[in-house]
Amino acid sequence: MERIPILRMGNFLLVTIQVDMHDKLAMTLQDDLTKAIADFDSRGVLIDISTLEIVDSFIGRMLANIAAMSRVLDAETVLVGMQPAVAITLVELGMSLPGVRTALNVESGMELLQESVGSFHMSMNDGSAET
Amino acid sequence: MAVQKHEVVPIESSSDIVLIRQKVRGWATELRFTLVDQTKMITAASELARNTLEHGGGGKVLFEAISNGTRNGLRLTFEDQGPGIPDIEQALRDGFTTKNGLGLGLSGSRRLVNEFEIASKVGAGTKIVVTRWK
Repeated sequence: MERIPILRMGNFLLVTIQVDMHDKLAMTLQDDLTKAIADFDSRGVLIDISTLEIVDSFIGRMLANIAAMSRVLDAETVLVGMQPAVAITLVELGMSLPGVRTALNVESGMELLQESVGSFHMSMNDGSAET
Repeated sequence: MAVQKHEVVPIESSSDIVLIRQKVRGWATELRFTLVDQTKMITAASELARNTLEHGGGGKVLFEAISNGTRNGLRLTFEDQGPGIPDIEQALRDGFTTKNGLGLGLSGSRRLVNEFEIASKVGAGTKIVVTRWK
């Protein structure tokens, strides 16, 4: 069965969505991620959608669900890399993804996660990213 | 209104929704839509194709590259023989849903296109025509 890989990096989970997802694949990702958060005791999830050409209401709802579910499981979700055309379309569609934290790229997304998770995990940071 | 090119694509499974998104991308690129316009039309098509599949029990979509003399556009006609929509006005309202969706499919896609027409008959089916001009 087709799956989107979830990478584990310390306390965080990384997902890069690089395919045009059909609905079932989006649902599988939602289930897999929730399970992975619980299994690995993860504190943060970073989802990179920089190669996604569209986000419709179904995918948008899946992303909002992931953020909500991870929060309930004591993990933060950051969505990174949304293309400007996708953002314009998504807002016009009526979805502004309230409750989903976003960052422009993977680097600032990781910073955001590290900040929210606290000083213990700052040891992963070499300090160069601090301002 | 001249139709320069047309094609019919069936909507029978969720992988057809992906195929339709890719086809709209291809047609919109050929019509030299801007990236934002392409993205809006693809997103609208994705919403409407999903509606056809989930509420209409499947159907088909007609792609047409059209011209009104001064402008070129892409017209998509979604058709199903499903249960139909009893109250169109209500169905077009933001947040109205009969399933567990967000209720943005119809209302949201209407905002993403230039022209939006809907006709539905209970027990006979639904037809939605959307156009986006270059």
